[in-house]
Amino acid sequence: MTTIFGIPLQAFLGQLLIGLINGSFYALLSLGLAVIFGLLRVINFAHGAQYMLGAFVALLLLQYLGVNYWLALLIAPLVVGLFGALIERTMLSRLYDLDPLYGLLFTFGLALTIEGTFRYLYGAAGQPYSVPPSLAGGTNLGFMFLPNYRGWVVVVSLVACLGTWLLIEKTKLGSYLRAATENTVLVQAFGINVPLLLTLTYGLGAALAAFAGVLAAPIYQVSPLMGTNLIIVVFAVVVVGGMGSILGAIVTGYMLGIAEGLTKVFYPEASNIVIFVIMAIVLLLRPAGLFGKDA
Amino acid sequence: MGALLQVGNLHAWYGESHVLHGVDMSVGEGEMITILGRNGVGKTTTLRTIMGIIRQRRGEIRFAGRDMLSVPLHRTAHAGIGFVPEERGIFASLTVEENLLLPPVVADGGMALDEIYELFPNLLERRTSPGTKLSGGEQQMLAMARILRTGVRLLILDEPTEGLAPVIVQRIGEVLRKLKARGMTILLVEQNFRFASKIADRFYLMDHGRMVADFPVSELPDRMTMLHKVLGV
Ligand SMILES: Nc1ncnc2c1ncn2[C@@H]1O[C@H](COP(=O)(O)OP(=O)(O)O)[C@@H](O)[C@H]1O
Ligand SMILES: [Mg+2]
Repeated sequence: MTTIFGIPLQAFLGQLLIGLINGSFYALLSLGLAVIFGLLRVINFAHGAQYMLGAFVALLLLQYLGVNYWLALLIAPLVVGLFGALIERTMLSRLYDLDPLYGLLFTFGLALTIEGTFRYLYGAAGQPYSVPPSLAGGTNLGFMFLPNYRGWVVVVSLVACLGTWLLIEKTKLGSYLRAATENTVLVQAFGINVPLLLTLTYGLGAALAAFAGVLAAPIYQVSPLMGTNLIIVVFAVVVVGGMGSILGAIVTGYMLGIAEGLTKVFYPEASNIVIFVIMAIVLLLRPAGLFGKDA
Repeated sequence: MGALLQVGNLHAWYGESHVLHGVDMSVGEGEMITILGRNGVGKTTTLRTIMGIIRQRRGEIRFAGRDMLSVPLHRTAHAGIGFVPEERGIFASLTVEENLLLPPVVADGGMALDEIYELFPNLLERRTSPGTKLSGGEQQMLAMARILRTGVRLLILDEPTEGLAPVIVQRIGEVLRKLKARGMTILLVEQNFRFASKIADRFYLMDHGRMVADFPVSELPDRMTMLHKVLGV
């Protein structure tokens, strides 16, 4: 049997794949957090709840309206994005002139409210969401067996991350966003509707989280608390990557997912804490994060 | 009154600190006005208050007959006022061309991109570099150039020659004269007295948060002793 560092190749690749999958979710979620933080200076504690909402909207669409996975992948981010935009416009936007702590407390309260409501309505237990038939089964790659759905998640999240990055770095709207992140007042003085830009950005961040939630539904179970544990890890990812760095969030997401997967192979006991250990080390050596600009 | 910009008894505050104490001034269509005054008398504050950046304000600001006090900041430019700030405000995360294309066009009559590149050939050469990689002079050119695209009627500049080499200062003077010839109205804050005396039609002298004198360029020679005393040059 082929081995790598004394570990069977199969087990190694299997964990690498799991790491890549987790990394995909870390990347998608920390990307949204970084975009929101960059422009709004709000640490969006509701991000995990918005991820959960995405999965739930997909589940409810299927249960009540028979809407399939593919449509849900479009509709759920749209619904959650609009919900996010509404929250920003009616509530969050009132807090911008106050201490940043208020935004954090507000989104934290929002997360508790959303998750509490869903637990009250649907219970804490997870509900299964089936893999879409066209992605059922797996492919034998010769060196390992790859479940098709997991392959799809890796590819599509990479595409979504890249698409978001291109939107921010290469488009007109993205140039407004980057400029407003640097100097909100001047961008506004140029005649750009920054309040609208903020609403759009928060909506986009929420939609990205919901997109990740739909992708996650067939892999993990759909439950009101599915975002709670994940978001803590994602915050660590953002800290390691550097607050507000778009590319940093993406790269760090994948890197830490893989680091976590590989730790499972070599030293399983540490796999749950490895990301936080890395965070502590990075904070000691490079407080602004791997990709952050030194403030 | 035919003034394009009319400012009356304008007061402004930073929190508790009362900085403008009743500014009166008017800028006619096509005029080039320079505000003179020592450091800290409120020149920048006057410009920022007219733009609507400082919202703690009272008094009158009329532009083309329209009351500007109720206009939100992101609509000031659309009314036809463009702003080149003292710190230039070039964006590091945008390329030179992205910086140039950032402010939305608010009216017809702005310069085309080709025309701007003809006026500022350096910017064409460097258009894919990050905005803040430009030299100070080039950044000032960029800060002006990006407003020229937008078709605003009034250009507000805060100390455009500050810290720049004499050749660049001369170049900025040429650009401003060219703009004036096109009919642009220009309101300028300037410490460089020699520079201002060569391009302005009229001067305001500011002290302690209000205008204390107002005279055309023709009266400049008679006022020199007074100016030297007030400005301490
Ligand atoms: N952001 C601010 N907060 C508080 N005070 C300010 C601020 N900016 C300027 N000031 C004060 O307002 C006064 C006028 O400043 P400013 O308009 O910048 O003067 P000038 O442009 O004529 O040099 C100064 O006393 C300055 O200290
Ligand atoms: Mg000043």
